[in-house]
Amino acid sequence: MKQLFRIGACAALILGAVLGTSASAQSPKGPISDGGPEASLSKVFKDIEARRLDSALERVDALLAVYPNFRLAHLIRGDLLLARSRPLTGFGNAPTAPPEKVAELRDEAIARLQAYHARPTKNQVPRYLLQMRPDQKYAIVVDTKKSRLYLYANERGRPRFVADYYITHGKEGAKKSREGDKRTPLGVYHVVSEVPKKKLTDFYGSGAFPINYPNEYDRLLGRAGHGIWLHGVPRDTMSRPPKASDGCVVLANADLQALASRLQLGLTPVIISDEVEWLSLDDWQQERSALQGQIEAWRRDWESGDTERYLQHYAEKFTSDSATRTQWGARKRAIAKGKTWVQVRLDNISMFRDPGQEEMVVVTFDQDYRSNNLKQRDGKRQYWIKEGGKWKILYEGQA
Amino acid sequence: MTFRPFRLSLNALLAALLVASALPAAAEPTLAEVQASMKQGQLPAALEKVDQILAVKPKDAPARFTKGIILTEMNRQNDAIALYQKLSEDYPELPEPYNNLAVIYASQRQYEKAKAALEMAIRTHPAYATAHENLGDVYAKLASQAYDKALQLDSANTQAQTKLAVIRDLMGSNSRVPRTAPPSKPVLVAAAPAAAPAAAAKAPAKTPETPAAAKPAPATPVVAKAEPEKLPAKPAAEKAAPVPEKKAEPKPDDKAQAEARKLVENWAAAWSRKDVKAYLNYYARDFETPGGVPRKTWESDRQLRIAKPGPIRVEVDDLNVRVSGDEAKVRFRQSYTSANLKSATTKTLVLVKRDGRWLIQQERVGG
Repeated sequence: MKQLFRIGACAALILGAVLGTSASAQSPKGPISDGGPEASLSKVFKDIEARRLDSALERVDALLAVYPNFRLAHLIRGDLLLARSRPLTGFGNAPTAPPEKVAELRDEAIARLQAYHARPTKNQVPRYLLQMRPDQKYAIVVDTKKSRLYLYANERGRPRFVADYYITHGKEGAKKSREGDKRTPLGVYHVVSEVPKKKLTDFYGSGAFPINYPNEYDRLLGRAGHGIWLHGVPRDTMSRPPKASDGCVVLANADLQALASRLQLGLTPVIISDEVEWLSLDDWQQERSALQGQIEAWRRDWESGDTERYLQHYAEKFTSDSATRTQWGARKRAIAKGKTWVQVRLDNISMFRDPGQEEMVVVTFDQDYRSNNLKQRDGKRQYWIKEGGKWKILYEGQA
Repeated sequence: MTFRPFRLSLNALLAALLVASALPAAAEPTLAEVQASMKQGQLPAALEKVDQILAVKPKDAPARFTKGIILTEMNRQNDAIALYQKLSEDYPELPEPYNNLAVIYASQRQYEKAKAALEMAIRTHPAYATAHENLGDVYAKLASQAYDKALQLDSANTQAQTKLAVIRDLMGSNSRVPRTAPPSKPVLVAAAPAAAPAAAAKAPAKTPETPAAAKPAPATPVVAKAEPEKLPAKPAAEKAAPVPEKKAEPKPDDKAQAEARKLVENWAAAWSRKDVKAYLNYYARDFETPGGVPRKTWESDRQLRIAKPGPIRVEVDDLNVRVSGDEAKVRFRQSYTSANLKSATTKTLVLVKRDGRWLIQQERVGG
């Protein structure tokens, strides 16, 4: 019976790591998703902890019937089988196993279980999805620390949870800043395109979707690099370790396919955070209204013809693609002299909060500008930051 | 991974059957004669004889069982499987056919099937130690396969080798008695015909009167556990025991033999010490590498293997040395234990004398 105890203790270790950090995230309202292999995996570990090894083995077998290339499940199965013939010393008892590979699978187990036990509840939304534009059907939020991707649908501007998936991110973690640093960028991005299948090797699995790293804000901060994609995994595995990519966000092929059918190229936002903040719907509504109010004030002040009031909405450190704050002010004052009236309409506004330390929101909209001497429609992007406690525009440019 | 395949103690029923069948031995050959043929490696003759018995008594369990062993040794695995399956249908209470079936499945790396067969053996005889041991091995194999899938290890090659060794082990254990028959098993008689005489010779030999008997097989304790249930069969066994053949005949201990024996022991000791240099030194320059790979490749492969972390224990038993001039053939039982592998195989080393020193020129698994 000794080996049972040992493997049980080991499961307890993993579960402990998981539950210890997640207890507070549990809400009495209950989680919103129970899909994917994590539910079964969690039961397997509970079985092991309770020393129901036969039941655990049955569950693992069932899991493998659904996910035949699930290496983590194979490892647990190996342990459960070996426990029948000799005492085990810990997690992953393969005698010739390279320790780093076992460690990677243990990390995957912990990541999957942690995410599973800390699932968001129905009343929680990611803070970043302040407003989706009407034609954005879905938004993606990635949590690198939890190795998790959350898919939200746009339900009349309010994000509704659809699914969540295990992901792999950069070998060196998150917060990409340099070419080749093997990190995953943090920020507000969107899916740009789809790499044609025939250009992909097996390594990328069922598809690849580049995102727009580095975006304007990244460039502003001097962040470099390129080629950050969402993509799949090679055929011989279901998943890769939590930290294994060169910066890309990697999903199981089936998960990527499920995602791919919902992506709108050039439109679907991908917000990557190292630790997603969740807001109650009330708090979310409040943050959203506050910013909406500021954007509306900016628009009104522009229409009013009072250029100084309009310029008050721009931050000290403001910059456009071609002008500093001072140049921008001078230019706007000059233009204003020729105007007798101005009308500005904003459509399709989206507001996505940047997951970084700074309070920053990426606002994108279609601008319909009319005046006595100019009519113009174009897409615009602004970065709003908090300056002196008020929302101000840090950057403005074409979207 | 050792399967102790033919630790086949037959229970009272079988033994009785055998005795019954042995007495009126009129025209058709006796099982003892079949065993004798097997022991001499005359498998087709053994098969013919056992078929003669079966022509008269088609349902005879010991004869059918023996035929299964012969077929297995003749590499007619599918025929052996079919035979054991049918035997199990007719005698579902016998654990041995299930066990041997499992051994064949395991040799084909069909571990799930092997597992199922062993579970049947245990269902009929919960205390059947051999089946428990084999099942433990099968679990370990299944675990190893699972680990391979989990960690993308490429142990497939070494596994295939292990498997082969098992088959030969199985043959060795039946064609050559000395070692494989566990000391505590006089019951073997009826079961494994080839082993029977051995067992007979062996049973009293628990004390190491022949070098062969010196090292009890690792499985022995487990086997002993199963004993009570087989006890009733003992008298029968004794009756069948006095098969004329004497195995483990005393060797004329001439100098060359002693030297050759010493070399093998030293070779095993160097291996156990993980002294690669000394180990490789026991091989002649014209050593026939497995698969004919270049010597360098073979050496570095050996080096890698032996240098792996964890202790290695290599024990040799039952040395059988035959010297002719400057050549010697040493056949022995090799028990190998390392961190990830346990095997017991029959090995043959062909030694050549070079500059007054015995060196290994060929090494192969099996007798």
